[in-house]
Amino acid sequence: MTADATRVAITRDGDIVEARQKGRELAQQIGFTGSDLTLIATAISEVARNIVVYAGHGDIDLSIAEKNGKRGILVVARDEGPGIPDIERAMRDGYSTGNSLGLGLPGSRRLMDDFEIDSAVGRGTTVIMRKWKA
Amino acid sequence: MAIPILKQGAVLIASLQAAPTDRDLIQLKDELADKIGHFRSRIVAIDVSALDVMDSFATRTLRGIAHATKLRGANTVIVGIQPDVAFAMVQLGLTLDGIETALDLDEGLARMRPQPDGGTSGDR
Repeated sequence: MTADATRVAITRDGDIVEARQKGRELAQQIGFTGSDLTLIATAISEVARNIVVYAGHGDIDLSIAEKNGKRGILVVARDEGPGIPDIERAMRDGYSTGNSLGLGLPGSRRLMDDFEIDSAVGRGTTVIMRKWKA
Repeated sequence: MAIPILKQGAVLIASLQAAPTDRDLIQLKDELADKIGHFRSRIVAIDVSALDVMDSFATRTLRGIAHATKLRGANTVIVGIQPDVAFAMVQLGLTLDGIETALDLDEGLARMRPQPDGGTSGDR
């Protein structure tokens, strides 16, 4: 991976902090400023915590996104945990099986521009998020 | 990295450093519960001005601390939430309903000071 892309292994709560700091650094490098940096870091924090709480371990890949001359940040959170049986329900505010507020996934979707989730029971979960520079 | 807790009279002041881990926050919760009983504190001020992210876990833990300290007879004020952080919390759907907040430590402590009627202005 080049300096434009980085992978953070997520296995414990300290890695959540590292992932969001790395994400903020890359976003800054791409040219994001102010509140966008906070939104991106917060969304990364939420998906990273989902990995720790539900899957135990996984990875977060951070890279530059490009589309039609626009630049942004691409965040891919991947784990091989138990998977989400009902994605629609998991994307609803206030739904949680992990003793949390249940705002992690739906909240992250609100913080970012693009949000895709792919999950299969027994095979794990992948969350893909992008935020484009205004 | 433990979060330092200062005692000043009946006030406990916890100053969060940049990027506390989940474990640091849980430890803060336990230590505050312990110290409130030990020092018979009436006011807890938690300074979050160094934080660049308040995600759902941090918010839930602070909310838990505030509600638990209330049950123990003390009032909590959370001070110094940064503008960008406040904006992100709103987007995420996080609230601190029923919990006192203030711009900075001075204002937070002034607001929590006992009033002539015997209560605190935080009792609203």
